Amino acid sequence: MSHLQLDHLHLRYGNAPAVEDLNLEVQDGELVSLLGPSGCGKTTTMRAVAGLLAPAGGTITLGGQDITRLPANRRDIGLVFQSYALFPHLSTFENVAFGLRLRKVQDAELRRRVGDALEVVGLSEFAARLPANLSGGQQQRVALARAIVIEPRLLLLDEPLSNLDAKLRLDMRGELRRIQRELGVTMLYVTHDQDEALALSDRIVIMRAGRIEQQGTPEQVYARPGTPFVADFMGWQNILSAGNVPEPLRRTHPAATHFAWRPESVTLGAGPTSGRVLARTYQGEHLEFLLDSPLGRVKAFAPVTAQWAEGSELTFTLPPERAAALRDA
Amino acid sequence: MNSSRVPIIILYLTLVFLVGPFLVVFIAAFGGEPTLKFPPTSFSTQWFTKVFEVESFRSSFLTSLGLGLMSTSLALALGIPVAYALSRFRLPGAVVIQTVLTSPALVPGLVVGLALLQYFINLGGSVYPSLLAAHTALLLPYVVRVVSTSLINLKPDIEEAAISLGASRLTAFRLVVLPNIRGGVAAAAVLAFITSFDQVAVSLFLTGPGVSTLPISMLTFMEYNYDPTIAALSTLLIIFSIGLVLVFERVLGLSRYV
Repeated sequence: MSHLQLDHLHLRYGNAPAVEDLNLEVQDGELVSLLGPSGCGKTTTMRAVAGLLAPAGGTITLGGQDITRLPANRRDIGLVFQSYALFPHLSTFENVAFGLRLRKVQDAELRRRVGDALEVVGLSEFAARLPANLSGGQQQRVALARAIVIEPRLLLLDEPLSNLDAKLRLDMRGELRRIQRELGVTMLYVTHDQDEALALSDRIVIMRAGRIEQQGTPEQVYARPGTPFVADFMGWQNILSAGNVPEPLRRTHPAATHFAWRPESVTLGAGPTSGRVLARTYQGEHLEFLLDSPLGRVKAFAPVTAQWAEGSELTFTLPPERAAALRDA
Repeated sequence: MNSSRVPIIILYLTLVFLVGPFLVVFIAAFGGEPTLKFPPTSFSTQWFTKVFEVESFRSSFLTSLGLGLMSTSLALALGIPVAYALSRFRLPGAVVIQTVLTSPALVPGLVVGLALLQYFINLGGSVYPSLLAAHTALLLPYVVRVVSTSLINLKPDIEEAAISLGASRLTAFRLVVLPNIRGGVAAAAVLAFITSFDQVAVSLFLTGPGVSTLPISMLTFMEYNYDPTIAALSTLLIIFSIGLVLVFERVLGLSRYV
Protein backbone atom coordinates (compact mmCIF):
# COMPACT_ATOMS: atom_id res chain seq x y z
CA MET A 1 0.00 0.00 0.00
CA SER A 2 1.48 3.27 -1.05
CA HIS A 3 1.65 6.22 1.30
CA LEU A 4 -0.05 8.77 -0.93
CA GLN A 5 -2.41 7.67 -3.61
CA LEU A 6 -4.32 9.78 -6.12
CA ASP A 7 -7.05 7.88 -7.94
CA HIS A 8 -8.78 9.28 -11.01
CA LEU A 9 -8.27 12.79 -9.72
CA HIS A 10 -10.10 15.52 -11.64
CA LEU A 11 -9.38 19.14 -10.80
CA ARG A 12 -10.80 22.36 -12.11
CA TYR A 13 -9.30 25.78 -12.05
CA GLY A 14 -12.25 28.14 -12.18
CA ASN A 15 -14.37 26.45 -14.80
CA ALA A 16 -11.53 25.10 -16.90
CA PRO A 17 -10.34 21.55 -16.31
CA ALA A 18 -6.79 21.70 -14.98
CA VAL A 19 -6.09 18.07 -14.22
CA GLU A 20 -7.85 15.09 -15.77
CA ASP A 21 -7.95 11.54 -14.51
CA LEU A 22 -4.65 11.67 -12.65
CA ASN A 23 -3.40 8.50 -11.00
CA LEU A 24 -0.31 8.67 -8.86
CA GLU A 25 1.29 6.71 -6.04
CA VAL A 26 4.01 7.88 -3.69
CA GLN A 27 5.70 5.36 -1.41
CA ASP A 28 6.56 6.00 2.23
CA GLY A 29 9.77 8.02 2.47
CA GLU A 30 9.93 8.62 -1.27
CA LEU A 31 10.74 11.96 -2.87
CA VAL A 32 8.65 12.40 -5.99
CA SER A 33 8.86 15.42 -8.28
CA LEU A 34 6.01 16.75 -10.35
CA LEU A 35 7.84 18.25 -13.28
CA GLY A 36 6.37 20.27 -16.10
CA PRO A 37 5.99 23.70 -17.66
CA SER A 38 3.71 26.29 -16.07
CA GLY A 39 0.07 25.49 -16.59
CA CYS A 40 0.60 21.72 -16.70
CA GLY A 41 -1.42 21.19 -13.52
CA LYS A 42 1.42 20.36 -11.14
CA THR A 43 0.71 23.14 -8.63
CA THR A 44 -3.03 22.54 -8.89
CA THR A 45 -2.42 18.88 -8.05
CA MET A 46 -0.32 19.87 -5.05
CA ARG A 47 -2.99 22.28 -3.80
CA ALA A 48 -5.57 19.50 -4.01
CA VAL A 49 -3.34 17.18 -1.97
CA ALA A 50 -2.91 19.97 0.60
CA GLY A 51 -6.67 20.43 0.76
CA LEU A 52 -6.62 23.98 -0.55
CA LEU A 53 -8.59 22.98 -3.63
CA ALA A 54 -11.55 20.58 -3.65
CA PRO A 55 -11.30 17.95 -6.39
CA ALA A 56 -14.07 17.77 -8.97
CA GLY A 57 -13.68 14.01 -8.90
CA GLY A 58 -11.50 11.15 -7.69
CA THR A 59 -9.99 10.33 -4.34
CA ILE A 60 -6.87 11.22 -2.36
CA THR A 61 -5.64 8.63 0.11
CA LEU A 62 -2.88 9.30 2.66
CA GLY A 63 -1.51 6.50 4.82
CA GLY A 64 -4.55 4.39 4.02
CA GLN A 65 -7.02 7.12 5.04
CA ASP A 66 -9.31 8.75 2.50
CA ILE A 67 -8.58 12.46 2.95
CA THR A 68 -10.45 13.72 -0.12
CA ARG A 69 -12.99 15.57 2.04
CA LEU A 70 -10.79 16.21 5.08
CA PRO A 71 -10.31 19.96 5.73
CA ALA A 72 -6.81 21.27 4.97
CA ASN A 73 -6.10 22.17 8.59
CA ARG A 74 -6.61 18.55 9.72
CA ARG A 75 -4.45 16.83 7.12
CA ASP A 76 -1.09 17.16 8.89
CA ILE A 77 0.56 17.97 5.58
CA GLY A 78 3.50 20.38 5.60
CA LEU A 79 3.57 23.01 2.90
CA VAL A 80 6.50 25.07 1.61
CA PHE A 81 5.62 27.87 -0.79
CA GLN A 82 7.57 29.46 -3.60
CA SER A 83 7.10 32.80 -1.82
CA TYR A 84 7.99 31.22 1.58
CA ALA A 85 4.79 32.78 3.05
CA LEU A 86 6.38 33.48 6.42
CA PHE A 87 4.28 35.34 8.96
CA PRO A 88 5.81 38.83 8.76
CA HIS A 89 4.86 39.84 12.32
CA LEU A 90 6.40 36.79 14.00
CA SER A 91 10.05 36.01 14.76
CA THR A 92 11.78 33.00 13.25
CA PHE A 93 11.12 31.11 16.48
CA GLU A 94 7.42 31.97 16.53
CA ASN A 95 7.02 31.19 12.83
CA VAL A 96 8.36 27.71 13.46
CA ALA A 97 6.41 27.34 16.71
CA PHE A 98 3.10 28.29 15.03
CA GLY A 99 1.92 24.77 14.22
CA LEU A 100 3.00 23.44 17.61
CA ARG A 101 1.14 26.18 19.50
CA LEU A 102 -2.02 25.28 17.58
CA ARG A 103 -1.44 21.69 18.67
CA LYS A 104 -1.16 22.85 22.28
CA VAL A 105 2.32 21.38 22.67
CA GLN A 106 3.69 22.07 26.15
CA ASP A 107 6.26 24.82 26.51
CA ALA A 108 9.34 22.69 27.26
CA GLU A 109 8.64 20.29 24.41
CA LEU A 110 7.80 23.18 22.09
CA ARG A 111 11.16 24.83 22.79
CA ARG A 112 12.99 21.59 22.21
CA ARG A 113 11.23 20.80 18.94
CA VAL A 114 11.55 24.32 17.53
CA GLY A 115 15.22 24.30 18.55
CA ASP A 116 15.75 20.96 16.81
CA ALA A 117 14.01 22.12 13.63
CA LEU A 118 16.05 25.32 13.52
CA GLU A 119 19.19 23.28 14.01
CA VAL A 120 18.30 20.96 11.13
CA VAL A 121 18.05 23.96 8.80
CA GLY A 122 21.06 25.68 10.39
CA LEU A 123 19.28 28.77 11.70
CA SER A 124 19.64 28.40 15.47
CA GLU A 125 21.24 31.80 15.92
CA PHE A 126 18.49 33.59 13.98
CA ALA A 127 15.61 32.55 16.23
CA ALA A 128 14.80 36.10 17.34
CA ARG A 129 14.85 37.74 13.91
CA LEU A 130 11.82 38.88 11.98
CA PRO A 131 11.47 37.50 8.43
CA ALA A 132 12.13 40.96 6.95
CA ASN A 133 15.63 40.79 8.42
CA LEU A 134 16.49 37.43 6.86
CA SER A 135 17.93 36.72 3.41
CA GLY A 136 15.89 34.80 0.83
CA GLY A 137 17.78 31.60 1.53
CA GLN A 138 17.27 31.99 5.28
CA GLN A 139 13.57 32.67 4.80
CA GLN A 140 13.32 29.51 2.76
CA ARG A 141 14.93 27.55 5.60
CA VAL A 142 12.48 29.02 8.11
CA ALA A 143 9.61 27.98 5.84
CA LEU A 144 11.05 24.47 5.72
CA ALA A 145 11.60 24.30 9.49
CA ARG A 146 8.05 25.54 10.06
CA ALA A 147 6.69 22.75 7.85
CA ILE A 148 8.80 19.88 9.24
CA VAL A 149 8.47 20.76 12.94
CA ILE A 150 4.87 19.48 13.01
CA GLU A 151 6.19 16.10 11.83
CA PRO A 152 3.88 16.09 8.83
CA ARG A 153 2.66 12.90 7.23
CA LEU A 154 3.66 14.40 3.91
CA LEU A 155 5.72 17.41 2.89
CA LEU A 156 4.69 19.40 -0.17
CA LEU A 157 7.08 21.85 -1.77
CA ASP A 158 5.96 24.22 -4.51
CA GLU A 159 8.94 25.53 -6.51
CA PRO A 160 10.74 26.20 -3.22
CA LEU A 161 14.02 27.21 -4.81
CA SER A 162 12.91 29.29 -7.76
CA ASN A 163 13.23 32.64 -5.98
CA LEU A 164 16.85 32.00 -5.00
CA ASP A 165 19.91 32.91 -7.02
CA ALA A 166 21.72 30.18 -8.95
CA LYS A 167 24.44 29.34 -6.43
CA LEU A 168 22.14 29.36 -3.42
CA ARG A 169 19.73 27.18 -5.36
CA LEU A 170 22.40 24.50 -5.75
CA ASP A 171 23.30 24.66 -2.05
CA MET A 172 19.67 24.45 -0.95
CA ARG A 173 19.06 21.56 -3.33
CA GLY A 174 21.69 19.54 -1.51
CA GLU A 175 20.32 20.66 1.85
CA LEU A 176 16.80 19.56 0.92
CA ARG A 177 18.03 16.15 -0.11
CA ARG A 178 19.99 15.77 3.13
CA ILE A 179 17.06 16.84 5.28
CA GLN A 180 14.66 14.57 3.45
CA ARG A 181 17.01 11.60 3.99
CA GLU A 182 17.66 12.56 7.61
CA LEU A 183 14.00 12.80 8.53
CA GLY A 184 12.74 10.11 6.17
CA VAL A 185 9.79 12.32 5.32
CA THR A 186 7.71 11.59 2.22
CA MET A 187 7.96 14.52 -0.17
CA LEU A 188 6.05 15.71 -3.19
CA TYR A 189 8.12 18.32 -4.96
CA VAL A 190 6.73 20.63 -7.64
CA THR A 191 9.18 22.17 -10.09
CA HIS A 192 9.63 23.27 -13.68
CA ASP A 193 13.40 22.85 -13.47
CA GLN A 194 14.54 19.48 -14.84
CA ASP A 195 18.02 19.75 -13.26
CA GLU A 196 16.43 20.22 -9.86
CA ALA A 197 14.10 17.27 -10.41
CA LEU A 198 16.93 15.04 -11.64
CA ALA A 199 19.19 15.90 -8.71
CA LEU A 200 16.59 15.55 -5.96
CA SER A 201 14.09 12.91 -6.88
CA ASP A 202 13.67 9.23 -6.31
CA ARG A 203 11.07 9.40 -9.04
CA ILE A 204 10.04 12.05 -11.54
CA VAL A 205 6.50 12.49 -12.80
CA ILE A 206 6.41 14.63 -15.93
CA MET A 207 3.12 16.40 -16.45
CA ARG A 208 1.72 17.99 -19.57
CA ALA A 209 -1.64 19.73 -19.96
CA GLY A 210 -3.16 18.15 -16.86
CA ARG A 211 -2.01 14.61 -17.52
CA ILE A 212 1.01 12.48 -16.66
CA GLU A 213 3.19 12.21 -19.74
CA GLN A 214 5.81 9.86 -18.31
CA GLN A 215 7.19 8.79 -14.95
CA GLY A 216 10.24 6.96 -13.76
CA THR A 217 13.54 7.27 -11.94
CA PRO A 218 15.69 10.26 -12.96
CA GLU A 219 17.90 7.89 -14.95
CA GLN A 220 14.91 6.47 -16.80
CA VAL A 221 13.30 9.74 -17.84
CA TYR A 222 16.65 11.29 -18.70
CA ALA A 223 18.03 8.40 -20.74
CA ARG A 224 14.83 6.95 -22.14
CA PRO A 225 12.27 9.63 -22.87
CA GLY A 226 9.10 8.18 -24.34
CA THR A 227 7.63 11.18 -26.10
CA PRO A 228 8.93 14.26 -27.95
CA PHE A 229 7.64 16.42 -25.09
CA VAL A 230 9.65 14.57 -22.46
CA ALA A 231 12.69 14.38 -24.74
CA ASP A 232 12.57 18.13 -25.26
CA PHE A 233 12.18 18.73 -21.52
CA MET A 234 15.16 16.47 -20.76
CA GLY A 235 17.52 18.23 -23.15
CA TRP A 236 17.26 16.00 -26.19
CA GLN A 237 17.60 19.02 -28.39
CA ASN A 238 17.54 17.28 -31.76
CA ILE A 239 14.13 15.79 -32.37
CA LEU A 240 13.52 14.57 -35.91
CA SER A 241 10.28 13.18 -37.22
CA ALA A 242 10.58 9.54 -38.27
CA GLY A 243 10.31 10.43 -41.98
CA ASN A 244 13.65 12.27 -41.84
CA VAL A 245 15.53 9.37 -40.30
CA PRO A 246 17.51 6.74 -42.28
CA GLU A 247 15.56 3.61 -43.17
CA PRO A 248 17.40 0.99 -40.99
CA LEU A 249 16.76 2.94 -37.77
CA ARG A 250 13.13 3.41 -38.69
CA ARG A 251 12.76 -0.32 -39.33
CA THR A 252 14.01 -1.30 -35.86
CA HIS A 253 11.40 0.98 -34.23
CA PRO A 254 8.34 0.76 -36.46
CA ALA A 255 6.06 2.42 -33.91
CA ALA A 256 8.24 5.50 -33.40
CA THR A 257 6.96 8.84 -34.67
CA HIS A 258 10.12 10.76 -33.80
CA PHE A 259 13.78 10.10 -33.02
CA ALA A 260 15.94 12.25 -30.80
CA TRP A 261 19.64 12.80 -30.15
CA ARG A 262 21.33 14.74 -27.41
CA PRO A 263 23.76 17.42 -28.70
CA GLU A 264 26.69 15.54 -27.16
CA SER A 265 25.75 12.41 -29.15
CA VAL A 266 26.13 14.04 -32.55
CA THR A 267 29.48 13.24 -34.17
CA LEU A 268 30.91 16.16 -36.13
CA GLY A 269 33.44 15.98 -38.95
CA ALA A 270 32.45 12.69 -40.50
CA GLY A 271 29.27 11.08 -41.70
CA PRO A 272 26.60 10.89 -44.32
CA THR A 273 24.95 14.27 -43.82
CA SER A 274 26.41 17.67 -44.51
CA GLY A 275 25.49 20.89 -42.80
CA ARG A 276 26.45 24.51 -42.59
CA VAL A 277 27.45 26.15 -39.31
CA LEU A 278 24.86 28.81 -38.42
CA ALA A 279 26.23 29.61 -34.98
CA ARG A 280 29.20 28.64 -32.91
CA THR A 281 28.81 29.30 -29.19
CA TYR A 282 31.46 28.91 -26.52
CA GLN A 283 30.01 27.24 -23.42
CA GLY A 284 33.04 26.73 -21.20
CA GLU A 285 33.26 22.95 -21.24
CA HIS A 286 32.53 22.65 -24.95
CA LEU A 287 31.52 24.47 -28.12
CA GLU A 288 27.95 24.37 -29.29
CA PHE A 289 27.36 24.28 -33.05
CA LEU A 290 24.02 25.03 -34.61
CA LEU A 291 23.87 23.41 -38.06
CA ASP A 292 21.53 23.87 -40.96
CA SER A 293 21.15 20.55 -42.76
CA PRO A 294 18.72 18.69 -45.02
CA LEU A 295 17.39 17.00 -41.84
CA GLY A 296 16.60 20.37 -40.29
CA ARG A 297 18.45 22.33 -37.63
CA VAL A 298 20.83 20.22 -35.59
CA LYS A 299 22.60 21.16 -32.37
CA ALA A 300 25.90 19.49 -31.56
CA PHE A 301 28.62 19.81 -28.95
CA ALA A 302 32.28 19.57 -29.86
CA PRO A 303 35.53 19.93 -27.89
CA VAL A 304 36.65 23.55 -27.44
CA THR A 305 39.54 22.81 -29.79
CA ALA A 306 37.18 22.36 -32.78
CA GLN A 307 38.04 24.76 -35.58
CA TRP A 308 34.89 25.03 -37.74
CA ALA A 309 33.92 28.65 -38.24
CA GLU A 310 30.47 30.09 -38.70
CA GLY A 311 29.39 29.66 -42.32
CA SER A 312 31.65 26.67 -43.00
CA GLU A 313 30.38 23.32 -44.29
CA LEU A 314 30.95 20.06 -42.47
CA THR A 315 29.59 16.54 -42.31
CA PHE A 316 28.06 14.88 -39.29
CA THR A 317 26.56 11.62 -38.05
CA LEU A 318 23.49 10.96 -35.91
CA PRO A 319 24.60 7.59 -34.44
CA PRO A 320 21.63 5.18 -34.49
CA GLU A 321 22.77 3.47 -31.26
CA ARG A 322 22.43 6.78 -29.38
CA ALA A 323 18.99 7.65 -30.69
CA ALA A 324 15.87 7.71 -28.53
CA ALA A 325 12.81 6.33 -30.29
CA LEU A 326 9.80 8.46 -29.38
CA ARG A 327 6.10 8.09 -29.80
CA ASP A 328 3.92 11.15 -29.80
CA ALA A 329 1.22 10.65 -27.24
CA MET B 1 14.46 80.74 -10.31
CA ASN B 2 15.43 77.14 -9.84
CA SER B 3 12.42 75.19 -11.13
CA SER B 4 13.08 72.27 -8.77
CA ARG B 5 11.97 74.58 -5.95
CA VAL B 6 8.46 74.87 -7.39
CA PRO B 7 7.03 71.82 -5.62
CA ILE B 8 8.53 73.01 -2.33
CA ILE B 9 6.95 76.44 -2.76
CA ILE B 10 3.61 74.80 -3.54
CA LEU B 11 4.04 72.69 -0.41
CA TYR B 12 4.45 75.77 1.80
CA LEU B 13 1.60 77.65 0.13
CA THR B 14 -0.65 74.63 0.67
CA LEU B 15 0.40 74.52 4.30
CA VAL B 16 -0.55 78.18 4.77
CA PHE B 17 -3.82 77.51 2.98
CA LEU B 18 -4.61 74.56 5.28
CA VAL B 19 -3.40 75.98 8.57
CA GLY B 20 -4.53 79.57 7.96
CA PRO B 21 -8.18 79.13 8.96
CA PHE B 22 -7.10 77.22 12.05
CA LEU B 23 -4.82 80.10 13.07
CA VAL B 24 -7.65 82.60 12.63
CA VAL B 25 -9.91 80.51 14.86
CA PHE B 26 -7.11 79.93 17.36
CA ILE B 27 -6.28 83.64 17.66
CA ALA B 28 -9.93 84.72 17.74
CA ALA B 29 -10.57 82.30 20.62
CA PHE B 30 -8.34 84.43 22.84
CA GLY B 31 -10.13 87.70 22.02
CA GLY B 32 -11.34 89.85 24.91
CA GLU B 33 -14.35 91.33 23.08
CA PRO B 34 -17.86 89.91 23.65
CA THR B 35 -18.27 89.24 19.92
CA LEU B 36 -16.10 87.14 17.61
CA LYS B 37 -13.57 89.43 15.96
CA PHE B 38 -10.37 89.04 13.99
CA PRO B 39 -7.83 90.22 14.76
CA PRO B 40 -8.89 90.66 18.41
CA THR B 41 -7.86 93.86 20.19
CA SER B 42 -7.65 92.45 23.70
CA PHE B 43 -6.72 89.13 25.32
CA SER B 44 -8.84 86.77 27.43
CA THR B 45 -9.05 83.05 28.24
CA GLN B 46 -12.59 83.34 29.63
CA TRP B 47 -14.17 81.67 26.56
CA PHE B 48 -12.37 78.42 27.28
CA THR B 49 -14.01 78.40 30.71
CA LYS B 50 -17.34 79.21 29.17
CA VAL B 51 -17.16 76.26 26.78
CA PHE B 52 -17.45 73.95 29.76
CA GLU B 53 -20.33 75.92 31.24
CA VAL B 54 -22.63 75.53 28.25
CA GLU B 55 -24.83 72.57 29.11
CA SER B 56 -25.68 71.70 25.50
CA PHE B 57 -21.97 71.38 24.67
CA ARG B 58 -21.32 69.09 27.61
CA SER B 59 -24.17 66.70 26.85
CA SER B 60 -23.74 66.75 23.08
CA PHE B 61 -19.98 66.17 23.42
CA LEU B 62 -20.75 62.97 25.32
CA THR B 63 -23.37 62.05 22.72
CA SER B 64 -20.91 62.61 19.89
CA LEU B 65 -18.15 60.73 21.69
CA GLY B 66 -20.41 57.74 22.38
CA LEU B 67 -21.89 57.85 18.91
CA GLY B 68 -18.44 58.09 17.33
CA LEU B 69 -17.07 55.15 19.33
CA MET B 70 -20.12 52.98 18.76
CA SER B 71 -20.55 53.72 15.05
CA THR B 72 -16.80 53.22 14.51
CA SER B 73 -16.93 49.87 16.30
CA LEU B 74 -19.96 48.78 14.28
CA ALA B 75 -18.44 49.97 11.02
CA LEU B 76 -15.25 48.00 11.80
CA ALA B 77 -17.22 44.91 12.80
CA LEU B 78 -19.06 44.98 9.47
CA GLY B 79 -16.40 46.56 7.27
CA ILE B 80 -13.50 44.20 8.05
CA PRO B 81 -15.38 41.03 7.00
CA VAL B 82 -16.75 42.89 3.95
CA ALA B 83 -13.27 44.03 2.91
CA TYR B 84 -11.98 40.50 3.51
CA ALA B 85 -14.69 38.96 1.33
CA LEU B 86 -14.05 41.51 -1.42
CA SER B 87 -10.31 40.96 -1.45
CA ARG B 88 -10.19 37.18 -1.02
CA PHE B 89 -13.09 35.72 -2.95
CA ARG B 90 -13.92 36.13 -6.59
CA LEU B 91 -17.52 37.22 -6.27
CA PRO B 92 -19.82 37.60 -9.22
CA GLY B 93 -20.45 41.31 -9.76
CA ALA B 94 -17.56 42.33 -7.53
CA VAL B 95 -17.24 45.71 -9.25
CA VAL B 96 -20.91 46.55 -8.65
CA ILE B 97 -20.67 45.45 -5.02
CA GLN B 98 -17.57 47.56 -4.54
CA THR B 99 -19.27 50.60 -6.06
CA VAL B 100 -22.35 50.17 -3.90
CA LEU B 101 -20.29 49.77 -0.75
CA THR B 102 -18.32 52.92 -1.39
CA SER B 103 -21.12 55.06 -2.79
CA PRO B 104 -22.26 56.98 0.33
CA ALA B 105 -18.82 58.57 0.37
CA LEU B 106 -19.53 59.98 -3.08
CA VAL B 107 -23.11 61.17 -2.57
CA PRO B 108 -23.57 64.61 -0.94
CA GLY B 109 -24.21 64.36 2.78
CA LEU B 110 -27.48 66.27 2.63
CA VAL B 111 -28.88 63.76 0.14
CA VAL B 112 -27.81 60.87 2.34
CA GLY B 113 -29.33 62.60 5.37
CA LEU B 114 -32.64 63.13 3.62
CA ALA B 115 -32.68 59.58 2.31
CA LEU B 116 -31.91 58.14 5.74
CA LEU B 117 -34.56 60.36 7.33
CA GLN B 118 -37.21 58.90 5.04
CA TYR B 119 -35.84 55.44 5.69
CA PHE B 120 -35.91 55.73 9.48
CA ILE B 121 -39.26 57.49 9.61
CA ASN B 122 -40.70 54.54 7.74
CA LEU B 123 -39.02 52.17 10.16
CA GLY B 124 -40.35 54.22 13.04
CA GLY B 125 -36.99 54.23 14.80
CA SER B 126 -36.21 56.49 17.73
CA VAL B 127 -33.54 59.20 17.49
CA TYR B 128 -30.41 57.58 18.91
CA PRO B 129 -30.60 54.21 17.12
CA SER B 130 -31.36 56.08 13.88
CA LEU B 131 -28.29 58.27 14.36
CA LEU B 132 -26.16 55.26 15.17
CA ALA B 133 -27.36 53.34 12.12
CA ALA B 134 -26.91 56.37 9.87
CA HIS B 135 -23.38 57.05 11.10
CA THR B 136 -22.42 53.40 10.78
CA ALA B 137 -23.67 53.35 7.19
CA LEU B 138 -21.76 56.54 6.50
CA LEU B 139 -18.47 55.23 7.93
CA LEU B 140 -18.64 51.82 6.30
CA PRO B 141 -17.25 52.91 2.90
CA TYR B 142 -14.18 54.47 4.56
CA VAL B 143 -13.52 51.35 6.58
CA VAL B 144 -13.99 49.04 3.58
CA ARG B 145 -11.66 51.14 1.46
CA VAL B 146 -8.83 51.49 3.94
CA VAL B 147 -8.97 47.89 5.19
CA SER B 148 -9.21 46.56 1.61
CA THR B 149 -5.99 48.34 0.73
CA SER B 150 -4.20 46.64 3.63
CA LEU B 151 -5.64 43.25 2.69
CA ILE B 152 -4.67 43.55 -0.96
CA ASN B 153 -1.08 44.21 0.11
CA LEU B 154 -1.11 41.08 2.26
CA LYS B 155 -0.49 37.92 0.23
CA PRO B 156 -3.15 35.25 0.72
CA ASP B 157 -0.54 32.49 0.88
CA ILE B 158 0.30 33.24 4.52
CA GLU B 159 -3.28 32.27 5.38
CA GLU B 160 -2.86 29.04 3.47
CA ALA B 161 0.39 28.44 5.33
CA ALA B 162 -1.42 28.95 8.64
CA ILE B 163 -4.21 26.59 7.56
CA SER B 164 -1.73 23.92 6.51
CA LEU B 165 -0.20 24.20 9.98
CA GLY B 166 -3.55 23.39 11.56
CA ALA B 167 -5.42 26.70 11.83
CA SER B 168 -9.07 27.06 10.87
CA ARG B 169 -9.86 29.93 8.52
CA LEU B 170 -11.07 32.00 11.47
CA THR B 171 -7.98 31.23 13.54
CA ALA B 172 -5.77 32.04 10.55
CA PHE B 173 -7.57 35.36 10.23
CA ARG B 174 -7.11 36.13 13.92
CA LEU B 175 -3.48 35.01 14.25
CA VAL B 176 -2.07 35.90 10.87
CA VAL B 177 -4.26 38.36 8.95
CA LEU B 178 -5.39 40.71 11.70
CA PRO B 179 -1.92 41.40 13.16
CA ASN B 180 -0.68 42.29 9.69
CA ILE B 181 -3.50 44.68 8.84
CA ARG B 182 -3.75 46.32 12.25
CA GLY B 183 -2.20 49.52 10.87
CA GLY B 184 -4.94 49.70 8.25
CA VAL B 185 -7.60 48.92 10.82
CA ALA B 186 -6.28 51.64 13.14
CA ALA B 187 -6.21 54.14 10.29
CA ALA B 188 -9.75 53.17 9.34
CA ALA B 189 -10.83 53.58 12.98
CA VAL B 190 -9.33 57.06 13.32
CA LEU B 191 -10.72 58.17 9.99
CA ALA B 192 -14.15 56.74 10.80
CA PHE B 193 -14.28 58.25 14.27
CA ILE B 194 -13.30 61.71 13.08
CA THR B 195 -15.81 61.47 10.22
CA SER B 196 -18.57 60.59 12.67
CA PHE B 197 -17.48 63.21 15.18
CA ASP B 198 -17.47 65.95 12.51
CA GLN B 199 -20.63 64.86 10.80
CA VAL B 200 -23.16 67.68 10.24
CA ALA B 201 -25.22 67.00 7.15
CA VAL B 202 -26.61 63.61 8.07
CA SER B 203 -26.96 64.37 11.76
CA LEU B 204 -28.89 67.54 10.95
CA PHE B 205 -31.79 65.46 9.70
CA LEU B 206 -31.68 62.78 12.34
CA THR B 207 -31.07 64.58 15.61
CA GLY B 208 -34.28 65.15 17.51
CA PRO B 209 -35.69 66.15 20.84
CA GLY B 210 -33.20 65.58 23.65
CA VAL B 211 -30.49 64.10 21.44
CA SER B 212 -27.98 66.33 19.70
CA THR B 213 -24.45 65.83 18.50
CA LEU B 214 -21.72 68.36 19.19
CA PRO B 215 -21.55 69.85 15.65
CA ILE B 216 -25.33 70.34 15.70
CA SER B 217 -25.17 71.99 19.13
CA MET B 218 -22.45 74.26 17.83
CA LEU B 219 -24.61 75.21 14.87
CA THR B 220 -27.57 75.92 17.13
CA PHE B 221 -25.38 77.88 19.57
CA MET B 222 -24.07 80.06 16.75
CA GLU B 223 -27.56 80.99 15.69
CA TYR B 224 -28.06 82.81 19.00
CA ASN B 225 -24.56 83.66 20.22
CA TYR B 226 -21.72 85.32 18.42
CA ASP B 227 -19.08 85.39 21.13
CA PRO B 228 -15.66 83.67 20.88
CA THR B 229 -16.89 80.60 22.83
CA ILE B 230 -17.39 78.84 19.52
CA ALA B 231 -13.81 79.66 18.49
CA ALA B 232 -12.53 78.35 21.83
CA LEU B 233 -14.49 75.13 21.39
CA SER B 234 -13.21 74.77 17.82
CA THR B 235 -9.65 75.16 19.08
CA LEU B 236 -10.19 72.46 21.68
CA LEU B 237 -11.69 70.14 19.04
CA ILE B 238 -8.76 70.62 16.70
CA ILE B 239 -6.35 69.83 19.51
CA PHE B 240 -8.48 66.77 20.37
CA SER B 241 -8.30 65.51 16.76
CA ILE B 242 -4.57 66.04 16.50
CA GLY B 243 -4.09 64.36 19.87
CA LEU B 244 -6.13 61.38 18.71
CA VAL B 245 -4.03 60.90 15.60
CA LEU B 246 -0.80 61.30 17.59
CA VAL B 247 -1.86 58.74 20.19
CA PHE B 248 -2.74 56.21 17.50
CA GLU B 249 0.51 56.96 15.74
CA ARG B 250 2.46 56.29 18.96
CA VAL B 251 0.57 53.22 20.07
CA LEU B 252 0.07 51.47 16.76
CA GLY B 253 2.65 53.07 14.52
CA LEU B 254 0.19 54.10 11.81
CA SER B 255 2.80 55.38 9.42
CA ARG B 256 4.62 52.06 9.47
CA TYR B 257 1.64 50.34 7.90
CA VAL B 258 -0.33 52.95 5.98
